[in-house]
Amino acid sequence: MNVRLGPWSMRLAPRSLAVTALLLLIACAVAVAAISTGEFTVPVPDILAALAGEGTPVAELIVNKLRAPRVATGLLVGAAFGLSGAIFQSLTRNALGSPDFIGFTAGASTGGILAVVAGGSAAVIAGGALAGCVITAVLVYALSYRRGVQGYRLVLVGIGANALLLAANSYLLTRSNIYDAATAAAWLTGSLSGRGWDHAIPVAVALALLLPLCAYVARPLRMIEMGDDAARAMGIRVEPVRAVAIVAGVLLCGVATAAAGPVMFVALASPQLARRLTRSPGVTLASSALMGAVLLTASDLIAQRLLAPVQLPVGVVTAAIGGAYLAFLLRKDRY
Amino acid sequence: MRPAEHTEPATEAGGDPPPRRGRQVTLAAGLLVALGLLVLVSLAGVALGARAMPLTAAFDAFLAPDGSSDHTVIRELRVPRTLLGIGVGAALGLAGALMQSLTRNPLADPGILGINEGAALGVTLALGLFGLTDPTVYVWFAFAGAAGASLVVYSLGAAGRTGGGPVRLALAGIAVGMVFTAMSSAILRIDSQTYDRMRFWLTGSLAGQTADTALRLAPFLVAGLALGLCLGRPLNMLSLGDDAGRALGVAVGRTRALTAVAVTLLCGAATAAAGPLWFIGLAVPHAVRAVVGQDQRWVLPYSAVVAPVLLLGADIVGRLIARPGEVQVGIMCAAIGAPIFILLARRRRLAAL
Amino acid sequence: MTTRLSGTDLTLAYDQRVVASQLSVAIPDRSFTVIIGPNACGKSTLLRALARMLKPKQGAVHLDGSVITTLPSKEVARRLGLLPQSSIVPDGITVADLVARGRYPHQRLMRQWSKADEAAVTEAMRATDVTGLADRIVDELSGGQRQRVWLAMALAQETPILLLDEPTTFLDISHQIEVLDLCADLHEAGRTMVAVLHDLNQACRYATHLIVMREGSVLAEGDPAEIVTPELVEQVFELRCEIIQDPQSGTPLIVPESRRRVTSPA
Repeated sequence: MNVRLGPWSMRLAPRSLAVTALLLLIACAVAVAAISTGEFTVPVPDILAALAGEGTPVAELIVNKLRAPRVATGLLVGAAFGLSGAIFQSLTRNALGSPDFIGFTAGASTGGILAVVAGGSAAVIAGGALAGCVITAVLVYALSYRRGVQGYRLVLVGIGANALLLAANSYLLTRSNIYDAATAAAWLTGSLSGRGWDHAIPVAVALALLLPLCAYVARPLRMIEMGDDAARAMGIRVEPVRAVAIVAGVLLCGVATAAAGPVMFVALASPQLARRLTRSPGVTLASSALMGAVLLTASDLIAQRLLAPVQLPVGVVTAAIGGAYLAFLLRKDRY
Repeated sequence: MRPAEHTEPATEAGGDPPPRRGRQVTLAAGLLVALGLLVLVSLAGVALGARAMPLTAAFDAFLAPDGSSDHTVIRELRVPRTLLGIGVGAALGLAGALMQSLTRNPLADPGILGINEGAALGVTLALGLFGLTDPTVYVWFAFAGAAGASLVVYSLGAAGRTGGGPVRLALAGIAVGMVFTAMSSAILRIDSQTYDRMRFWLTGSLAGQTADTALRLAPFLVAGLALGLCLGRPLNMLSLGDDAGRALGVAVGRTRALTAVAVTLLCGAATAAAGPLWFIGLAVPHAVRAVVGQDQRWVLPYSAVVAPVLLLGADIVGRLIARPGEVQVGIMCAAIGAPIFILLARRRRLAAL
Repeated sequence: MTTRLSGTDLTLAYDQRVVASQLSVAIPDRSFTVIIGPNACGKSTLLRALARMLKPKQGAVHLDGSVITTLPSKEVARRLGLLPQSSIVPDGITVADLVARGRYPHQRLMRQWSKADEAAVTEAMRATDVTGLADRIVDELSGGQRQRVWLAMALAQETPILLLDEPTTFLDISHQIEVLDLCADLHEAGRTMVAVLHDLNQACRYATHLIVMREGSVLAEGDPAEIVTPELVEQVFELRCEIIQDPQSGTPLIVPESRRRVTSPA
């Protein structure tokens, strides 16, 4: 489908458009459901009133202080993970090249735990997670560098780093005192409970800054998937594009982990799910981000409600849903 | 997406390479050295720990037990633990080598392909929901979980037009493993008593298993090891591809089925004994192939001997660095194995399959 | 002879390994230039340098009078196309989508699919005879079809100069001829074609300008009918041969001498 408007023109695949629209719709529906339902039901019209500051005090407390920031954090963190996963899977030309599998998320966890053990505030923990993610990324990249970085080698080195960092995390947990261990363990399972606007806003700022960057490198990234020479022949300056993409991907992953803890599998599964739904070649950034947002918020809703009053960590549900759905799609995979 | 480098079967792998007596002798000698190393590590495992004891005490504990606490520790804790470590390590190493060979996939590992997670879910179900505590009973749940996982993963990963590239299979394994792990965690969340009982086991630990458990799981481990070690020749043929294997007279279907049975036995029993240990099955066969080459008749026994050396070594170090407590062997394995694995991955060409 | 693309005093190296030094070539405009030589003589390296894939250690490649590395890469991509030796087919991409990617250098963020893009892709697919395959998945095609699709992508780039790195490798003989005939058609339509080939006879048949390389330097250059002699072949390939006229095209045809010469019955 071609769209032309004066000098502007776009080429859009109808299926991608439909999937994107559908994902947006589902994200809204899930958000409304998550804000509206629960122990205390807030009817949909009251949500708008509360958000506008004209609702009952109870409704305003529940919507503005408890549920809306949690949903917002979920949407933003999910989008950041989905986007980060899409970038790295594209760069490594490999579905396993996602940040939660090649150690970046584990590195963020290590940073977060160290901050917990050092007795840091929430902001320090978030900073520790971001730093851990960036340091891990630099190390993995440096270790897999050998006359350029090949995707396959990066994945293998990343798997090794992931195992090492997970071991370090377990070790830190067993070695720290019981109080710190409990705090760290709660953060480690990855959770959206108790997230306020101060968690959502940094992710929103990061997304606002990094999204234009991602949009800019999206098309050259798709070309680089065909090989460096093929991309260069098309006039793409491969190294700068790759560097920008890596920086954006690492920051997104780090910021998201800082806000919600290491929620596994969103970064791995979202791009793969989105790709198969849109039937587009390679990974696509926009639909991956939306898929991440939907996956995380929907999982959080289920985690809260499924076994109530037992609250499952959201990571358990993202794993179950993402894994099952991915398996289902692989089964009838044409590509 | 497919990896940029395809793993081509090395030309040497197929059939029986022309006998190069010198190399065969070297390899046999190397295997003996590895076995010797295993014996040394085992002795160290009995002697070292929170309290170091002379080896003579270990012999006395069996030949002339005097009822002292030292002798009890050796008889009841250290020897069974060491034997369990040998069995579990050999099982995971061999299972990893078998899977990498069968799937022609350098990323195949009982952990990555979801098989240990399947076995863990079986054990969690047996212990958590049904309250079965007899190892000879719940090991069957582990087998069922491992077999179920390998069936699902293989049918997902190998289906489709391309017959499943390495990454596709790994992706299927991770997806299935994700679901199984999530189910296990959900069960444990609901039932906090089981969680307490299984917390250690879930990170992978050799501690806390009695001599009785080790004894009861031994037949399954031995059966799996024996079966697995016999599969070197047919797997050599299959490394050239199914068609080439068939042309050379290998019963392809039977070889695959037997390999799957061996892997299920090995992973199920090992997981029932020590929890879902990750990484040994991935790293050891890689390291072994880098040294001995592609001939499965050597890769399999080497993996089965080297893996327990790594596992026991890791266990000993874990006991020594955190005295009087200990670091679980699952953590130590990763801490020791991962840097080796990273070094291997940096090699110009990772020993292909 | 006019030339838009040339390299002067090139020293080409991968890391520290020098492949060629003091190498100068000029590609005649509107020629079908074929670079040939034994394995590892540096012919693909030279092509990569001409296509700015490899930065020369010394010397420079000139395109239209400017040093190629000083031109914006996208600008170069509108004048000079390259079919690399190995490209990766993105999973699940259709023929039409892959060919459309060749339009990248002509597109901008806000102008991603103009009528000119559409026309160029249609024409490229027609010229390479892949229109019927438009909705097929590239992975599912045969080797010959796939190479035609890659060629279509390079064509859609609409560059007056097209560089091809061993376009016939991995193809059977009929597909080799098919691809080379296509290249000859493109040459006739006014493009400058530069190809690295393995087969000396094919090179002689299709090239209007032959560059013969050995160990990183150019041994001979010119019309194949004038420069290909038994002495040159022996010097370059260490192969004794006879040269006869190709009954089809009248170009030189190399008949190798075998160690086990069989006397002809006549």
